[in-house]
Amino acid sequence: MELGYLAGTIVKMVALIAWIYGLLWGLGRKKLWQKALTVVLAFVVIQAVILAKLGGVALFSAFDQTLLYQAITMAMVALGLNLIYGFNGQFSLAQWGFYGIGAYCAADITYRWTNGDASGLVIVGFGVILGGLAILGVGKFLKRKRGVPVLSSFTFYLFAIVAAGLVAVWLGKAVSTALAPGFGTAEAPGPLASPMALQAVFFLSVIFAGAFAALVSFIFGLPVLSLGSDYFGIATLGFAIIVKTLLVNSDTILPFPEMKGGRGMLGIPKILASMAPGDEPGIAGFFKNWTPAWLWAFVFLILVLVIVRNFVRSSTGRATLAVREDEIAARAMGIDVAGNKLLTFVVGSFVAGIGGAIYAHYMGFLTPSSFDFIAGFNPLIIVVFGGLGSMTGTIAASFGWIFFLEGFLRVLLGQLGTDAPSWRFVLYPIALLLLMLVRPQGLLGTVEWGFFRAEGFGARLKEAIAGPPGQKPKMAGE
Amino acid sequence: MPASTVNTKAAPRPAARRGPPLAWVGWVFLILLALVTVIYIGSKAWSNPILFLQNFLDGLKLGFVYALIALGYTMVYGIVKLINFAHGDVFMVGAFTSFYAVSRFNLHQWPLALFPGINPGLSIVIGSLTVVLLSMGVCVILAVTIERVAYKPLRDAPRIAALITAIGVSFFLEFFGALPFVFSGRFIPYKSPFPTTAWYIQDGIHPIVSGTASPDNTISFSNIFLIIAAASILVQILLQFIVKRTKVGIAMRAASYDKSTARLMGINVDQIISFTFAIGAAFAGLGGVLYAVAYSSIWTQLGILPGLKAFVAAVLGGIGSIPGAFVGALIMGQAESLTMSYISTPMRDAVAFTILIIVLLVKPTGLFGEPAQEKA
Amino acid sequence: MKRVLTIALVLVLAVLTAGAADLKVAVLAPLSGAVPSFGLSTKEGALLAIQEWNAKGGVLGMKIVPIVEDSQCDAAAATNAANKVINQDGVKFIIGEVCSSASIPVSEIAGPAKVIEISPTSTNPNVTVDKAGKTKDYIFRACYIDPFQGGILAQFSNTRLKAKKAFIMYDQGNDYTIGLATAFEAKFKALGGTIVGKETYTKTDTDFSAILAKIKNAKPEVVLLPDYYNIVNLVTKQAKEKGISVPFVGGDGWDSSDLDLAASDGGYYTNHYSKDDPRAEVQNFLKAYAAAYKDDAGKGKVPDALAVLAYDATNLLFASIKAAGKADTTAVKTALEKISYNAVSGKITFDKLHNPIKALTILSVKGGKINFDSVVQP
Repeated sequence: MELGYLAGTIVKMVALIAWIYGLLWGLGRKKLWQKALTVVLAFVVIQAVILAKLGGVALFSAFDQTLLYQAITMAMVALGLNLIYGFNGQFSLAQWGFYGIGAYCAADITYRWTNGDASGLVIVGFGVILGGLAILGVGKFLKRKRGVPVLSSFTFYLFAIVAAGLVAVWLGKAVSTALAPGFGTAEAPGPLASPMALQAVFFLSVIFAGAFAALVSFIFGLPVLSLGSDYFGIATLGFAIIVKTLLVNSDTILPFPEMKGGRGMLGIPKILASMAPGDEPGIAGFFKNWTPAWLWAFVFLILVLVIVRNFVRSSTGRATLAVREDEIAARAMGIDVAGNKLLTFVVGSFVAGIGGAIYAHYMGFLTPSSFDFIAGFNPLIIVVFGGLGSMTGTIAASFGWIFFLEGFLRVLLGQLGTDAPSWRFVLYPIALLLLMLVRPQGLLGTVEWGFFRAEGFGARLKEAIAGPPGQKPKMAGE
Repeated sequence: MPASTVNTKAAPRPAARRGPPLAWVGWVFLILLALVTVIYIGSKAWSNPILFLQNFLDGLKLGFVYALIALGYTMVYGIVKLINFAHGDVFMVGAFTSFYAVSRFNLHQWPLALFPGINPGLSIVIGSLTVVLLSMGVCVILAVTIERVAYKPLRDAPRIAALITAIGVSFFLEFFGALPFVFSGRFIPYKSPFPTTAWYIQDGIHPIVSGTASPDNTISFSNIFLIIAAASILVQILLQFIVKRTKVGIAMRAASYDKSTARLMGINVDQIISFTFAIGAAFAGLGGVLYAVAYSSIWTQLGILPGLKAFVAAVLGGIGSIPGAFVGALIMGQAESLTMSYISTPMRDAVAFTILIIVLLVKPTGLFGEPAQEKA
Repeated sequence: MKRVLTIALVLVLAVLTAGAADLKVAVLAPLSGAVPSFGLSTKEGALLAIQEWNAKGGVLGMKIVPIVEDSQCDAAAATNAANKVINQDGVKFIIGEVCSSASIPVSEIAGPAKVIEISPTSTNPNVTVDKAGKTKDYIFRACYIDPFQGGILAQFSNTRLKAKKAFIMYDQGNDYTIGLATAFEAKFKALGGTIVGKETYTKTDTDFSAILAKIKNAKPEVVLLPDYYNIVNLVTKQAKEKGISVPFVGGDGWDSSDLDLAASDGGYYTNHYSKDDPRAEVQNFLKAYAAAYKDDAGKGKVPDALAVLAYDATNLLFASIKAAGKADTTAVKTALEKISYNAVSGKITFDKLHNPIKALTILSVKGGKINFDSVVQP
């Protein structure tokens, strides 16, 4: 009976990893309908398992669902880090900080929305758009003066973004006051207070959270990326610590009383709450308890996979690899090394911000201690574990890591008596050490598979326009 | 022209004659920032100079503690280019070793136990030194073992593999140590091998009687501060001597410069690396004991943060440079102490890291670091 | 062959029947992560209570099977642990978590699943009360909430210590200390006192020189330090070295055999019970704890506040199951709401918000030992 749990956990682990590989394989097919079919199938399979019962037992309990969501967010964060570290060679420890920024940003937007306040959404929205415009404008200006030193351009960008932020706050306050009647009262909810509106706001909040993290990463990365590798690493570690300090003091130093500082932010709508199968049999029972939780998680997973993969396989991505291999040679080839590093850093942080936003909405509760720099080593471990410069490996490692540490070890040690659970974090480093000694290059090295290896979504279209492709440039590890 | 003039744009055209355009903007920004800080702190310090001196002294104490740990980091990094995250945990083991030696085996009183007639003061000095030596020994054995088991097989692997291994070793020491039959996860009150005394300065030096108030507006310090300062400076001189004047030191410098050439010169690089780890660990052991005596509470995760800050100090001073680590540690100590006293207590780590980032931007290899050589 | 089959059948039956008559109780404690020390105490306290009930023949004839899970004092890990024990092990009763930041997400899982959660030590009001101010049905706690303890500390400082000027220092990342500090500040000001300074630190800090220099400069008459004994040891020792003789006061976090009595001499703290209390519950518990757990020198351990509260929480649970007459969570919940139980930390009843109503003891540290000072009834 007890062994049944263990076997069940292992089967679920293997099945989920098989599932993600099936998804990658299907996405890597040539025909568009094959890809589309894969996406639909991959979604439906998990959705069915979540809402199905077998002999009165839920196949995929809340425990498994939360683990799946955790694996997905971890995969996002790790994919972003792999972009920065694996593909571009910048040893960053700031990823966990961007994850935290994304989580708190998205949580604040939806929290305020559920309390009848649109200001979070509007201010961040304006801020991201105006900030982006400010960056573009300053970039244009600096481009004309060739060779502006990094400190000066940083100063320009900083002032431009601060100015944009102030304008956004002013504009946002005005707009949100205008929107306030749309929420109605508690007795007569207005159109903005409807569940549909909340789902839409959630979607926007995730995107904005990513964009906000990207904006912060731009202004931080601009000066710091000019440092050498390990110096950059320590500076980014500092960033993670600064972010945590600010989150802990979010109600005193930062002006966000609803985040409650070290006490933890409460009452974030659980858009991605785990589902339980309905009691009624058949299709009706199936749909009775349906919420778009898994749909959102799946949509954002696909989104991140496509963003990261298409970035790596674009010409910018190839430049990114060239920068990793040799900066001087890359510069000689006409690659804008600093610009390329910055772009990769920003895209990686964007993805981390999205991961954080997802995390906030299945947890429903945020504390700064979750974003401690010690926990920030986890994505780094995963990326190295899966193989630097292998997206396939990163995904395998994220899923494997979560299911091993939080799933398998818990279930196993829970059965070995009351003293065994203390050993979880003793066994974990031992496993880590052994793996590093046996495979220092990581699980998959730089091997790619399926979707990550195949041509992009747009490749067919390009082919049709430009005629048959010539010799494709080879990727590392292909 | 600052060394960090990396262009944000493609194709850096060597800016002729006048240097890069708009360079003054960045400098003005930095200088204004520095001026505002200095004026702000200066005005507050001026209003109560005694308090400022006291804060300065506290910052020195913190700095000397960091310096002891930072030396180990900087030496190991200088030679194998590895951020040895486990160093802080070796430091923790040093503290625990001395705890068991003192509270379980009364090792600090062995001279008195063996030779009952001996002067008690002398007994304490000899006993305490024994405890320190024992801790240093245990740390050396531990560090060399870690090096042999975990790092050596990875010497030719990517650098990151060794770093992940270091993190793994660090986790292992922390959580294995927290098991009930090892050190236990408790916060353990530390029993000092020698008594601590504090003094205050007001028309001469007077001892503070525990539990009574010392007069207002006086500067106080303790014997632990003096011991830590003395130990830190002694270690600094000793290391400088070893690295600059002895054969091993020359070999270390050669190995850090170019391992394969050093091998060709007949230097046993593996042995030199082990030796470096051993020296670093020995001083971590010393630091661990002094840290435990100074703060009197130990647990298995006590090494993480001092270790991290010591590493930051080493980076600030220019990693690989021994005087750099020392100066960097003192600056870190002051930055923390002054931030806590005059700017904002919660932001002290943030300010320390901001200083680090600014220093690195102005001088990318740290204060005393040698400019990195570009690989052709 | 037949014999093997018979044995197998008997074994299977034994497992099944044993499974049917077992009462599974989960203990969620931070065994790894930032505060393994708290997890250890909590686990020890809870397991001791379970052992005692099992020795008495279990609850309602059911053998109690403890399931210990590591929840790391972290929201995500605690969520996983709670999901695991509820969904995989079918647990209906949870003792834990220690930290509010982990107890709140656990309560949001346990509540809808109709699983009883008794947190021994989470002081955040939002553990048992949701955002809208409604009591969470199945969630209880065994410790005082911050306004009560902090308010009494303020009153004590004002009347007994005759302090008009107070200095507050607290851990900015720990809501136990934030809550006590906030409650103290409000009450102390209401009583006509002034707060001459307020400083924060983080739990990894070891050097408090700068804060102590500020204390020395601000000349308060009392310093509130509502943290756990490890921080108290660090701060009070450094304060003594700085020549600060102002009394420090704190909450139940001070209670530990590891409190440095020499350094914290002159201090006062609130606690759930006094070790000198002659009540049988207290003395029996101290004896049982010392017999069950030895420290590394082989001596019997003295429980700290976390162990006491975990012990009380576990006992409360079983007493109410017994009172309910069945292990059905809705019945047990009703029984808990009505219970009046003589625990180690005094006679406990629950108010409408599922917070315990129990007396508070004030202890003083003087002359190398802990002395009883006074009792405050709620």
